[in-house]
Amino acid sequence: MSYMFTVSPDFAPDRLSGWYIFNTWLQKQSAEAIHLEMYNHYHDLHQAIAADKIDLIYANPFDAAMLVREKGFLPLVRAKGESDEAIIAVNADSNINDVADLKPNTRVAFTDDPDVRLMGMIMLEPADLHAGNIIPLLSDNHVLVAKHLLKGEADVGIILAEAYDNLSGMLKKQLRILVRSQISVIYHSLMIGPRLQSRRDDFQKILLEMDRDEKGGGVLNALGFSAWQRIEDEEMEFMIDLMDTLNT
Amino acid sequence: MIVDMKPEDIVGEYQEATLTYCDGKSRKVLYTGLETPYPDGKLIVSTTTPDGIISHVNRAFVEMSGYTETELLGAPHCILRHPDMPAAAFKDLWDTVLRGEKWQGFVKNLRKDGGYYWVKATVIPNVRGGKVVGFTSVRRKPSRSNVDECIALYPTLI
Ligand SMILES: Cc1cc2nc3c(=O)[nH]c(=O)nc-3n(C[C@H](O)[C@H](O)[C@H](O)COP(=O)(O)O)c2cc1C
Repeated sequence: MSYMFTVSPDFAPDRLSGWYIFNTWLQKQSAEAIHLEMYNHYHDLHQAIAADKIDLIYANPFDAAMLVREKGFLPLVRAKGESDEAIIAVNADSNINDVADLKPNTRVAFTDDPDVRLMGMIMLEPADLHAGNIIPLLSDNHVLVAKHLLKGEADVGIILAEAYDNLSGMLKKQLRILVRSQISVIYHSLMIGPRLQSRRDDFQKILLEMDRDEKGGGVLNALGFSAWQRIEDEEMEFMIDLMDTLNT
Repeated sequence: MIVDMKPEDIVGEYQEATLTYCDGKSRKVLYTGLETPYPDGKLIVSTTTPDGIISHVNRAFVEMSGYTETELLGAPHCILRHPDMPAAAFKDLWDTVLRGEKWQGFVKNLRKDGGYYWVKATVIPNVRGGKVVGFTSVRRKPSRSNVDECIALYPTLI
């Protein structure tokens, strides 16, 4: 039997090859046939999940509730020390110095990355901004959000903090951070579906020892991670509850 | 139960009030007019047992409340109750979450040093294996206009 692995479409483009290398490493270690299927859009990912095609997923926290509560997925590991944070950025020359300065009909650029958008919109709430009174500018990736700010096409941008930090120095010099989230309990997680669950302990063990494995360390490097860290069931439940409060 | 607030913990000029909680016990609180602004980008998170005893707090909670984590864990959540908050708000909170639903509202909280801070709180039941094992509240920064509405509304509910 062959299993299907996928990665949330918000993966950093320069990590694409890293995920393929990771999949190859995981197949060898687990002696399971695993096919990696990358989706470019959440819509396609959600269709695959609904059709029960996925057995292993590096999931966005936004999808965690649905995966656990509706599809019977269980958490394995998360990237050690990493969490999802969002930044509200403006053009360096903008006269906006505080989120509270923003007015209805503010032009907000963001990507379809659902947890980053949620965190970003929460950081705009102190200005009474919400989905119904902003002018949204859906962008294909975080660099394009930055470019909308530079060209004056957007007033503020919502950007994944990690992506912001990785922007070129030249881009960053022309931008200014209005707010950086410090939430630290929202993160991507590697989760295992019902068909593979009899092997959950094995997978967890393989992954937790990965950074000490001769080849494994290099593979983690290709993903930009130092090691994996176990996620307890209650930790996952807590994050799901937290996302639930933020979704309101 | 929680002890009376102590004058030596208070920063600035203060007033006194005696709060009677829903369990019938009361506590002397000391409060000032000093507002601590909600920190941008942070969430203040706490979890309670099913009867409202604090079982988890995050760092932002500790920083904003002015209490240590040790003082908070095991204390009833009304340790933060401010005399300007109408009892009706908390009755609505408890009625809602005990029905298994999500509650959202604006709360003025009392700090250990007598100051206060406004939050927009969302409280949900933590359901595990079909049973409610506690409640979690996640607070975010409220808008000034929402706070101003509450400042006008809450005195009429007391
Ligand atoms: C998860 C949770 C979080 C709460 N957070 C607060 C809070 O931040 N401030 C507050 O005054 N009451 C909070 N409450 C409500 C208190 O339990 C309590 O009802 C309130 O302080 C009023 O006290 P009384 O009900 O004893 O009169 C919270 C309740 C729950 C379940």
